[in-house]
Amino acid sequence: MRPGPGGCCCRRPPLPNGCVANGELRNGYVRSSSAVAAAAAATATATSQIHHVTQNGGLYKRPFNEAFEETPMLVAVLTYVGYGVLTLFGYLRDFLRHWRIEKCHHATEREEQKDFVSLYQDFENFYTRNLYMRIRDNWNRPICSVPGAKVDIMERHSHDYNWSFKYTGNIIKDVINMGSYNYLGFAKNTGTCNEAAAKILEEYGAGICSTRQEIGNLDKHEELEKLVARFLGVEAAMAYGMGFATNSMNIPAIVGKGCLILSDELNHASLVLGARLSGATIRVFKHNNMQSLEKLLKDAIVYGQPRTRRPWKKILILVEGIYSMEGSIVRLPEVIALKKKYKSYLYLDEAHSIGALGPTGRGVVEYFGLNPEDVDIMMGTFTKSFGAAGGYIGGRKELIDYLRVHSHSAVYATSLSPPVVEQIITSMKCIMGEDGTNLGKECVQQLAENTRYFRRRLKEMGFIIYGNEDSPVVPLMLYMPAKIGAFGREMLKRNIGVVVVGFPATPIIESRARFCLSAAHTKEILDTALKEINEVGDLLQLKYSRHRLVPLLDRPFDETTYEETED
Amino acid sequence: MAMVGEQWVLVEMVQALYEAPAYHLILEGILILWIIRLLFSKTYKLQERSDLTAKEKEELIEEWQPEPLVPPVPKDHPALNYNIVSGPPGHKIVVNGKECINFASFNFLGLLDNARVKEAALASLKKYGVGTCGPRGFYGTFDVHLELEERLAKFMKTEEAIIYSYGFATIASAIPAYSKRGDIVFVDKAACFAIQKGLQASRSDIKLFEHNDMAHLECLLKEQEIEDQKNPRKARVTRRFIVVEGLYMNTGSICPLPELVKLKYKYKARIFLEESLSFGVLGEHGRGVTEHFGINIDDIDLISANMENSLASIGGFCCGRSFVIDHQRLSGQGYCFSASLPPLLAAAAIEALNIMEENPDIFQVLRKKCKQIHKALQGTYGLKVVGESFSPAFHLQLEESTGSRENDIKLLQRIVDQCMNRNIALTQAHYLEKEEKNLPLPSIRIVVTVEQTEKELEKAASTIKEAAQSILS
Repeated sequence: MRPGPGGCCCRRPPLPNGCVANGELRNGYVRSSSAVAAAAAATATATSQIHHVTQNGGLYKRPFNEAFEETPMLVAVLTYVGYGVLTLFGYLRDFLRHWRIEKCHHATEREEQKDFVSLYQDFENFYTRNLYMRIRDNWNRPICSVPGAKVDIMERHSHDYNWSFKYTGNIIKDVINMGSYNYLGFAKNTGTCNEAAAKILEEYGAGICSTRQEIGNLDKHEELEKLVARFLGVEAAMAYGMGFATNSMNIPAIVGKGCLILSDELNHASLVLGARLSGATIRVFKHNNMQSLEKLLKDAIVYGQPRTRRPWKKILILVEGIYSMEGSIVRLPEVIALKKKYKSYLYLDEAHSIGALGPTGRGVVEYFGLNPEDVDIMMGTFTKSFGAAGGYIGGRKELIDYLRVHSHSAVYATSLSPPVVEQIITSMKCIMGEDGTNLGKECVQQLAENTRYFRRRLKEMGFIIYGNEDSPVVPLMLYMPAKIGAFGREMLKRNIGVVVVGFPATPIIESRARFCLSAAHTKEILDTALKEINEVGDLLQLKYSRHRLVPLLDRPFDETTYEETED
Repeated sequence: MAMVGEQWVLVEMVQALYEAPAYHLILEGILILWIIRLLFSKTYKLQERSDLTAKEKEELIEEWQPEPLVPPVPKDHPALNYNIVSGPPGHKIVVNGKECINFASFNFLGLLDNARVKEAALASLKKYGVGTCGPRGFYGTFDVHLELEERLAKFMKTEEAIIYSYGFATIASAIPAYSKRGDIVFVDKAACFAIQKGLQASRSDIKLFEHNDMAHLECLLKEQEIEDQKNPRKARVTRRFIVVEGLYMNTGSICPLPELVKLKYKYKARIFLEESLSFGVLGEHGRGVTEHFGINIDDIDLISANMENSLASIGGFCCGRSFVIDHQRLSGQGYCFSASLPPLLAAAAIEALNIMEENPDIFQVLRKKCKQIHKALQGTYGLKVVGESFSPAFHLQLEESTGSRENDIKLLQRIVDQCMNRNIALTQAHYLEKEEKNLPLPSIRIVVTVEQTEKELEKAASTIKEAAQSILS
């Protein structure tokens, strides 16, 4: 989904916020004819290594601080060397396996089917076999408790270098969970939500055995959809059984041939799949870069469809609220301004931002103080902040009516399980304060506080941290392939569960660890985690940042600062 | 010296001009004029092709009017106003405020409101909460998931199973995990929508064969073989798949698996089998169509089924040899990029499997009931029964179409409504008319479950018959 940078890599290739030493990419804010006097300050440090953008005026009602420190040159070179060594050894071991000098552990084709065309290319699996397999123990770690602030992990061992795992039967108790998307702490096995879900489970059972359009439309589903619409501040909403499928099965219902989709380059796989299945033309703009988006919009309208030269039927912009690998927040005010100027439609995927952003958890629209009516299609999931499963789409009544008739999910897929629906209803009411308590609001505030605190402390320690200062998704850069495995293992040794990601989920040199903050994390838990991260950071020499302190961001925009960045 | 030479040349040229005949001069003059004209006209054309000015672009942008986001839906659209079910969708179901006997939900084994299943799900809910808050890779793998995968593999007697959190996403993710651009998929024309979407996502070449027509399939395979002989280099890397359903959702008929297996080895194409309707239904132990035909399960490369019918839970699974299945753990999009199945639903599925293993008679009972209503519905006025007599989901189609699909649907809906009034809950099979590759005829889909008593089956049959008689005659 995202290309790895080729060749020289001293600079992050798609500079995310466009605030670069480049005349063309000026700060990435809209230059519409209206008085968009967005004051922007680019931190033009002498070396120009951190790319910050702050916008205080015009479209933005609050400071928008996002940072992507450049990969240090030496680190980039060493990372490539690391991959080079791994690849060489990979070839060597493949050679040894081929001549049966090294024992083969992987499953093989049936004898009867040896003469069939191979099911997958050997080459495709080179990466899996020789790189992923070495550090496979960092993923799919089975847990056996609630995925709350602390989690119990089943201990496992491998006697054949991760080709297979044996469970020892021991349980690693109370591991601090920095991996689950439990933003508001609703993953619980006690409390009102759980009790309500249990009651509904006893009454309704677990399954549905039918689709929405046939005979699987329960009163509970209708209740949920009304609540979701109210929560989002839209006219109507519809709920689906799986977040991934909400994107991949509804985008094709909305756009088709002759339509244009403009998609952020870092969009989630489900959006990409939905766009492909729709049959519409897809063009990709640079991550969160408004110049790139505006250019595509302008060209699309001026030049129309390729070859036939007909005007596009409609243009749909696909963006996410929070990008889960980057920790960045979409520049929604600018996207909306562009969308209005160019009469296109906006599809906003709030999988990570709903519940997690905004003073009352209404997501990225509330975070920026915008009107939900300006977003044509509000999509989100119940998996994360609500501790449940499934997804929704909200919008105008006509849109939802159309989806009720044409959504692939409504016609062919089983509807949401009743206890899951009840969990969503109770947790959403809690966030809205309709349960008569202040708990929901406190959770939202707690998460915001945790986010600021955790991010600030990590930066102070000298790690390179990507993303927006308000994003509860916190990527910590590891870069080198060997450090992916080392970080994950060292943290688990210290009883902290983290997520580490590398290629192909990130560009090849930008491997990272990702922390997801939760309202359930207490200050004590966070301090413990920070202390251990600090220790492991020293041990593995991860403190790459050359900016121990965050520079002052709120410098006003003026031509001279701008000129400086041009070189 | 050079200077002198050049001067001489110039003088000679002038002299030559004087000496030249008049016609020569005229000709050259015309040529020069021609060149000037060409140059002139060319510059003119260049001007015409010049880029749009910023102002013109702005005007174009101003001018452009997109289509509305979605076209309006008429308020009385038959699919817009859903039936509302109050309370559990079990054997007795309250549809739009009226209590009916359920002949519409795919709850074949009646496990939806089984006390044991509920208890197991409840215990899980009390231990794990509802959601998993993560994909399988990132702390979303629970011990219950591993247990369910192991149990499914054991139940199906295969090496490995993999679970998905959504039934539809199972086969739709599994196909593109293996079949890529350039590969060839032979697929039955009546294949369900999930298969169609999986094929579309794979971007492979798709060859449709007539429903259950093995001669046609063989013909297509042969054609491909001839094609392969012409280009053996390409053939060596072109994977071939046959995608079929055990019991077809859209027709209620069974696939001729023994012949398919023969063709598989003859033409070296792998078989992917979708068993959502046949898993937990066919065969002595409910293992599906392989057990029904007594075929070695290893001869089928991949079996997928959802857990939303017989198991009365949510989600789906694929099973087969580890060599095949393990590949999906990194390539199955719906597996990698989606949150995992809520543990309570996995626990419900495990308990449902326990019940299936403990009571293998249940499948016999189900088949007996299918046969009973199948037989009872024969000779319904104006309607024909479509589907195998042992299939728990089959269709009633109009014997004679009114000529328009819309009217056919209205007519069938009247029958459904009348049955609903007499406490028999039925539904038409719903399709997306514009999206389906091969749109099935409108039909009422009858679903048989073990909970329906002989008396209820009789009542349902007679109610349908009466309704058809009164509406169609």
